[in-house]
Amino acid sequence: MEVRVANVRKEFERFPALHDVSLDIKSGELIALLGPSGSGKTTLLRLIAGLERPTRGKIFFGDDDASQKSIQERNVGFVFQHYALFRHMTVADNIGFGLKVRHGSSRPPAQEIRRRASELLDLVQLSGLEKRYPAQLSGGQRQRVALARAMAIEPKVLLLDEPFGALDAQVRRELRRWLREIHDRTGHTTVFVTHDQEEALELADRVVVMSQGRIEQVGTADDIYDTPNSPFVYGFIGESSSLPVKVENGEIWLADRPIGLSAPHAPEGEATLYFRPHDVELLDGCSGCIAGTVAASRRVAGTRRVELEIGGERQRVEIELPVGHPAAQKSRVAFRPGRWKLFPAA
Amino acid sequence: MADPEIKSYEPYHESRSAAVTESRPAQAVLMAIAFAFLGVFLLLPLIIVFHEALAKGIGAYVQALSEPDARSAIHLTLLVAAISVPLNVVFGISAAWAIAKFEFKGKAFLTTLIDLPFSVSPVISGLVYVLLFGAQGLLGDWLKGHGIQILFAVPGIVLATVFVTFPFVARELIPLMQEQGNGDEEAALSLGANGWQTFWYVTLPNIKWGLLYGVLLCNARAMGEFGAVSVVSGHIRGLTNTMPLHVEILYNEYNAVGAFAVASLLAGLALVTLVLKTLLEMRYGAELAATRGH
Repeated sequence: MEVRVANVRKEFERFPALHDVSLDIKSGELIALLGPSGSGKTTLLRLIAGLERPTRGKIFFGDDDASQKSIQERNVGFVFQHYALFRHMTVADNIGFGLKVRHGSSRPPAQEIRRRASELLDLVQLSGLEKRYPAQLSGGQRQRVALARAMAIEPKVLLLDEPFGALDAQVRRELRRWLREIHDRTGHTTVFVTHDQEEALELADRVVVMSQGRIEQVGTADDIYDTPNSPFVYGFIGESSSLPVKVENGEIWLADRPIGLSAPHAPEGEATLYFRPHDVELLDGCSGCIAGTVAASRRVAGTRRVELEIGGERQRVEIELPVGHPAAQKSRVAFRPGRWKLFPAA
Repeated sequence: MADPEIKSYEPYHESRSAAVTESRPAQAVLMAIAFAFLGVFLLLPLIIVFHEALAKGIGAYVQALSEPDARSAIHLTLLVAAISVPLNVVFGISAAWAIAKFEFKGKAFLTTLIDLPFSVSPVISGLVYVLLFGAQGLLGDWLKGHGIQILFAVPGIVLATVFVTFPFVARELIPLMQEQGNGDEEAALSLGANGWQTFWYVTLPNIKWGLLYGVLLCNARAMGEFGAVSVVSGHIRGLTNTMPLHVEILYNEYNAVGAFAVASLLAGLALVTLVLKTLLEMRYGAELAATRGH
């Protein structure tokens, strides 16, 4: 099922949580909504589910306008951040709930509901736990039951709110791989919310980066990491360094010298240069480079992180060097960013 | 995977704190004071009630209870409780639902209003109804014109009882529902349940122990209320006397056996309530403990 979010705005008591957000989700896709808290990612998920109504704009499921439909009519599977399992029901009753509350002929007989619950428990690898109560399960098991319950109603779209937020790192990684497998097997269009970039980049087909109620960038993990389209994405995803520069005649200048990068299409004047600390080319001589004095040097896992003071203003930037690289011993290092981007000065 | 059997919920036993700083004699004195106080002010009167009721033998006791006025008072008390408790269950659930699950203007005001009967003397609440519905009252003429009798009749007693008992259910449910939040209800809705199914299958089971506890307290108060009911009832024997009012009348007439016989029923109700309440607390506490961290 394709989902199309068209110019959606959402206000809570006049306070805007989403400004004019549009997003196309392809059928069968696994999409991550990634952003810091307060970025509107959960609000967007709840709008798609029908737990909230948009102030403006529409949401389409396929060609149907779903914005006016209630959550029951939308037929979405929603997995809540804290699972919201019904504590007084067994695992099997939790999973069967969505079928039990159906009306008339669409409601399967009790035996069929039990069979389906067992099937789904097999799918989420919890066979045999039908009679347990939620309080008797571990966090990871509850998470799986919540997913099985959401899938029991054969939803058009599967929506997960911080699905791994409450679990410890080990279980998290395990469940991440497992969710990917389930998704590939069942082919549900799936949207999940996370504030963990590693999770988003590893798991999702496409990542939607959000900030302050807006979508900053939509793309694959490669797109997002290699070509961030805003200072926010540069700063939020992975490591980044930035320097204030000037553009003159299509050349980039740092203070009074050119650094050997040309930006023929950039507007003249003040700008900020962004690059990844690990994506730099070290130079020996310096005719067109960024040169700085080593201010600090730290060993970080397999690399050495070097902090440089640049120019008269003593701007600090970080770059990464291979551990054995001779430049790490020197007091002065010259380099040029490999992949970089200019943004207008803030 | 551990054993698939259902673990029984163990009631929470508090362990003796390791940091008890009071000396043994000090502990003994404190405990003695507490027990002595309870003995003199609670246990002794309770024993006297039953003692006096049975002072002239079981025959007199049974006779005192089967006398028509006494039966009428018992009947009226049960009727009033049977009307006012369900009303307050409906009110309590609605108010708790509104306060716990929605944001709206005047929420703090509503919460304060619910506590009003606790902070106002019951006699005052009775008087308010007299001023409202009495012959010289605000609505007195209109009511008379339409032939509706509220004061000195069952409707007035029910109204006064509803007023003094309405905080019980609501106050029990508000913190419970606030703690539970909207998550379960949203989950039920997302699974296709309608509002009624959500309430019946999800909300009600989540609050059932708290609700029962509130109903119990509400019922005890509804049957035992004296002040407010006394003002509005008019003390018409065999018609508008509830059990507490009947006890007072009999006592003033020096009919000790009669008075204490009816009083023993109320005291019995209190004991039953206490036992049920204790049982509920054990069960309800275990339920809460079992759902912690969920």
